[in-house]
Amino acid sequence: MNFDFLFNNFAELTVTGLAFGAIYALIALGYTMVYGVLQLINFAHSEVFMYGTFAALWTTMLLVGDTDVSTLRGIGVLLCSLVAAMAMSATIALLLERFAYRPLLKRNAPRLIALISAIGASFVLAELMGLRDRVAAWFGLDDNLSEYVSGARINRSMPSVLENKQLFPIGDYQVTSVDVLVIVSAIAMMVALDQFVRRSKMGRGIRATAQDPETAALMGVNATRAVQMTFLLGGLMAGAAAFLYMLKIETTKFDVGFLLGVKAFTAAVLGGIGNLRGALVGGLILGVAENWGSALFGSEWRDVVAFVLLVVILLFRPTGILGESLGKARA
Amino acid sequence: MLLEVEGLCVNYGHIEAIRDITFGVEEGSITTLIGANGAGKTTTLKTISGLRKVREGRILFEGKDITHLPPYERVLLGLSQSPEGRGCFPGMTVRENLDMGAYVRKDARSKAYAQDLERVFHLFPRLEERVSQTAGTMSGGEQQMLAIGRALMAKPRLILLDEPSMGLAPKFIQQIFSIIGEINEQGTTVLLVEQNAAQALKRADTAHILETGEIVRSGTGAELAGDDSVRAAYLGGDV
Ligand SMILES: Nc1ncnc2c1ncn2[C@@H]1O[C@H](COP(=O)(O)OP(=O)(O)OP(=O)(O)O)[C@@H](O)[C@H]1O
Ligand SMILES: [Mg+2]
Repeated sequence: MNFDFLFNNFAELTVTGLAFGAIYALIALGYTMVYGVLQLINFAHSEVFMYGTFAALWTTMLLVGDTDVSTLRGIGVLLCSLVAAMAMSATIALLLERFAYRPLLKRNAPRLIALISAIGASFVLAELMGLRDRVAAWFGLDDNLSEYVSGARINRSMPSVLENKQLFPIGDYQVTSVDVLVIVSAIAMMVALDQFVRRSKMGRGIRATAQDPETAALMGVNATRAVQMTFLLGGLMAGAAAFLYMLKIETTKFDVGFLLGVKAFTAAVLGGIGNLRGALVGGLILGVAENWGSALFGSEWRDVVAFVLLVVILLFRPTGILGESLGKARA
Repeated sequence: MLLEVEGLCVNYGHIEAIRDITFGVEEGSITTLIGANGAGKTTTLKTISGLRKVREGRILFEGKDITHLPPYERVLLGLSQSPEGRGCFPGMTVRENLDMGAYVRKDARSKAYAQDLERVFHLFPRLEERVSQTAGTMSGGEQQMLAIGRALMAKPRLILLDEPSMGLAPKFIQQIFSIIGEINEQGTTVLLVEQNAAQALKRADTAHILETGEIVRSGTGAELAGDDSVRAAYLGGDV
């Protein structure tokens, strides 16, 4: 075990781990909210995220092209990409709800059936993106859009918009503006969501539906709307995660959702599925532990560390670190 | 008639839970449904609220056919229910539960709202002491009070109460029934389902007896309370 490496790079490993963890946490919110309300694992949530990364990528390509942009323009471009990513992810999430789940749940299908539907939807969405050149060709758009649809099965990189400045040192690591942006905005989004669910009327309706759907209906909560809202919020968070991911990693691919989705789901379970704050805690712990673990054992062990951690924590706390569900938590 | 139920049939799979139920609830009255366990009382209330699918028959509220309306639209029309058992939201505080009762109201910051809250606290002082306690940690009886208080916060035209006295101490049962009388005098029509037939019949203007999914007897509360066969079956022989 390489302790020297861990100690010598402790600050960097921790800060970048937190940045990754914040992204996991944002995606985890979608899993956890849908689970809290429907006791359903939205397996296709990884694709909700993946489409967000492409929305951010395409928007940036469209607005920047090959030219250098001024700082002010750069900030504008980033904001547009953020909005596009959130809009795209929210749209995909709502489509999933409408077409993959609602028809099944209306007929009281077992959750297992909905899970199969989710897995199917996940493959369809991923492959549509992975075959986007051919999809464009169906519509005769492959020439016009070639810049966007070519290389459908390989990594595509985002043009860099703003210089990643080194801001301040922690230990011997220079914290970058991207690190700060990712961590701060992810946490801000989560606080906003938490407050919305805690304080707004719609949020109360969602929590009521999570705790007892029949009684919630007796109070006048429109169940369909509450479920839609849950998917919408999860989608918005995944879109924000997608944008931050593109800032940090700068490349994406049609299958980028799979591993990230599994990690985010792990983070949700780690923190206590159904619990919004648990998603944050689970995500951050997972991100940091992965970085420390891969420093100790070598980066090829990164994913192993994540899942061993999950198993160990669940052995001691079967309901996750914060336990409780969206329903039971006072959140 | 405020509520009319006509020839209602509801199934769970192949099992008929209620069969050809017909009755009405007069505006301003207290109407009660009594019957043994499994007779179909809860099913009837759930169906009126829109939680169960109607196989046959109609439900009219103020003459309007609501048979196929989703539950929340019925609440908007003025139909509220306090469900059987501990129907509280366990993860919410007492105050949040009461606010849930008023979910369809748009006057959360008004004086009227504060007064209604005041009224609930006046009826159930225990709830005021515990406003920020999580409902799931309250005793069964306290949760039952909360469920009733919550239904009142909706300010319904018709309130459906499913066994409001369940799990309460004898002294408090008496109090619950007088509260129901009070609610009714203040202008809310009540449809009451009860195991405590003696109390229910005493208060009710009209009563219906359910047996295995069918209405077998109807009459005024006093009539049924005075009927020998009813006394033998539901009132333990003497009142
Ligand atoms: N979800 C369900 N699935 C299948 N059968 C059900 C369901 N709910 C109720 N039943 C059946 O329907 C019949 C009527 O039940 P219901 O709950 O309406 O009775 P009840 O009169 O309210 O009884 P109690 O006084 O015990 O509350 C019973 O035979 C019951 O077993
Ligand atoms: Mg019952």
